[in-house]
Amino acid sequence: MPDLITSIVDYYNYLIYVILMMIGLYAMIAKKNLVKKIVGMNIFQTAIILFYVSIGAKKGATIPIIQHGHGEGAHEIVPSVIEAAEYINPLPHVLMLTAIVVAVATLGVALALAIKVYNRYETLEEDEILAQIRET
Amino acid sequence: MSQHYPALLVIVPLLSALLISIVGWLNKRFCFPIAVAALSVSLYSSVGLLLRVMDEKVILYFLGGWDPPWGIAYSVDHLSALVLVVVSVVALLNLIATQKSVEQEFSEKIGAFYTLYLLLITGLLGIVVTGDAFNLYVLLEITALTGYGLIAMGEDRAPLASLNYVYMGTIGACFYLLGIGYLYISTGSLNMTNISSILPGLYDSKVVLAAFIICIVGVFLKMAFFPLHAWLPNAYTYAPSAVSSLVAPLMTKVMIYVMIRLMLTVFTPAFTFSNLALSNSVVWLAVIAISMGAVLALGARDMKKMLCYVVIAEVGYMVGGAWLGNRAGMTGAILHIANDALMTLCVFLAVGNIVYKVRGYAFEDLKGMFRKMPYTMTGLVAGALSMIGVPPTCGFFSKWYLISGGIQAGQYGFVAALVFSSLINAVLFFRIIEIGYYEPFGADHGHGSSPVRMAEAPLTMVVPLLIVAGGLVMMGVYTGDIITHIIEPIIPPAIGN
Repeated sequence: MPDLITSIVDYYNYLIYVILMMIGLYAMIAKKNLVKKIVGMNIFQTAIILFYVSIGAKKGATIPIIQHGHGEGAHEIVPSVIEAAEYINPLPHVLMLTAIVVAVATLGVALALAIKVYNRYETLEEDEILAQIRET
Repeated sequence: MSQHYPALLVIVPLLSALLISIVGWLNKRFCFPIAVAALSVSLYSSVGLLLRVMDEKVILYFLGGWDPPWGIAYSVDHLSALVLVVVSVVALLNLIATQKSVEQEFSEKIGAFYTLYLLLITGLLGIVVTGDAFNLYVLLEITALTGYGLIAMGEDRAPLASLNYVYMGTIGACFYLLGIGYLYISTGSLNMTNISSILPGLYDSKVVLAAFIICIVGVFLKMAFFPLHAWLPNAYTYAPSAVSSLVAPLMTKVMIYVMIRLMLTVFTPAFTFSNLALSNSVVWLAVIAISMGAVLALGARDMKKMLCYVVIAEVGYMVGGAWLGNRAGMTGAILHIANDALMTLCVFLAVGNIVYKVRGYAFEDLKGMFRKMPYTMTGLVAGALSMIGVPPTCGFFSKWYLISGGIQAGQYGFVAALVFSSLINAVLFFRIIEIGYYEPFGADHGHGSSPVRMAEAPLTMVVPLLIVAGGLVMMGVYTGDIITHIIEPIIPPAIGN
């Protein structure tokens, strides 16, 4: 039992992302409203973004800018050894900038499609739309 | 110039897409020629790359001059060069063949259509050429987003079908992204060759195992592999015919390429086939995919949906072949990427021509079609023969390799499924031929067999179709050369007979 608790405390970021992801997945599967599904999809994507952001973080580390790292006299002040442990890893964060753009674009496309569906069927409830399709 | 081919390939369609979206506001007539010019540059570069790859084996291109693993590298080997040529040939032929049908179906949105078309091709070419795992994700989403837009331009039910595709496609891409995240945690790198050089020490790690499985499941979703195929039939059926004949041949095939890239380059065959005890289960899933695809195709009530289910069955062929774990199976799977792209293009173009003339793709619309549109039907028959797997056409040869791979691996279920699916394909296509040939046009109005006048689709639609149909036979005739010069070097020696 203590093992379980320590592993939960140590890896809580992974647990949170999995829980968020499952909430998103649940909304996409179980909800009948198309916009709710789209929101679920966005939660799903955000969970993965949070996962990436959390893997770049380190305890007690600072933003990855080397002080007085450039300009005149840079070489005098900068210590010859840069400890990687003192800086958070910026790469996953940069990757997520791209992923956020992708998520926004997906959200935009999905909402635009939802508008088209609404204009055609006058409803966003999936079961009502399917009933209309079956009638024709 | 030739050292910049990998970049040109992607950048020219990208910039042309932006140019078209501006020019489209001013004068719609310029959109099509710009698109043709852009894709011709891509085709020229990819053929150039294929020829260079034959001598140099691997071509690396560092974007912006940054060395990997920090910068993004484009790397072209035999496999990517082959798929690049297939993508650019299919894209260009389809562009020319569907010009009239695009004008007919959405004359108002020509600029938007060609912009999306070129962006889609940019994404597909980028997926194939990139050597960076995260870059692949971004290009995957470029492809998918433009694909959603293009599919939604179709008939009444298209937006809903496209929205369902958005849900599934996004989950697929997110899974891939998550898998790459796991790989990044364990290796600290995103460059594919760099990852594969770090990984062997970590093959026992659970994180790497999870990364591989999550990535593969994501890719399975994107390629509509059987239990995850539900989005495909509606999306591809209700899409405009110019879009169906683009996405049906290319999207699933490029995803198969990504899967093979993951299996062979990012992870080694030793890991894929030995460390994981998955091969058997995946091959059995492929067996189910092939059989279900065939059965569902038999139950489909119109031509396009039938072809969509055939596409799902074909995905099963390639996945199964790749996971057999021997040379013949892998050869068959890679050869089938090229062959299947061409034959799917062939049948979808033929359906596109029929839709252009009769505005429908139900089976009844085919009545008397052999008299009305003889050349289109010739193309359809050529594609059909290839899908069934009749010798001079290329479909026979890839199926031959897949079946012999199945026998060597002792996977008789896979062999049986392939034979079963070929038989079903024969039934499906002979039904079409029967309706088109024997049932006279308009007979149900009580006029008897009124003489049907020939009303063929315009020349720009028929000629590309016949070129593709001829290509099917040429691919079949030159299969031996393609295999010795292009496909043999792809398969690492670790995969034995």
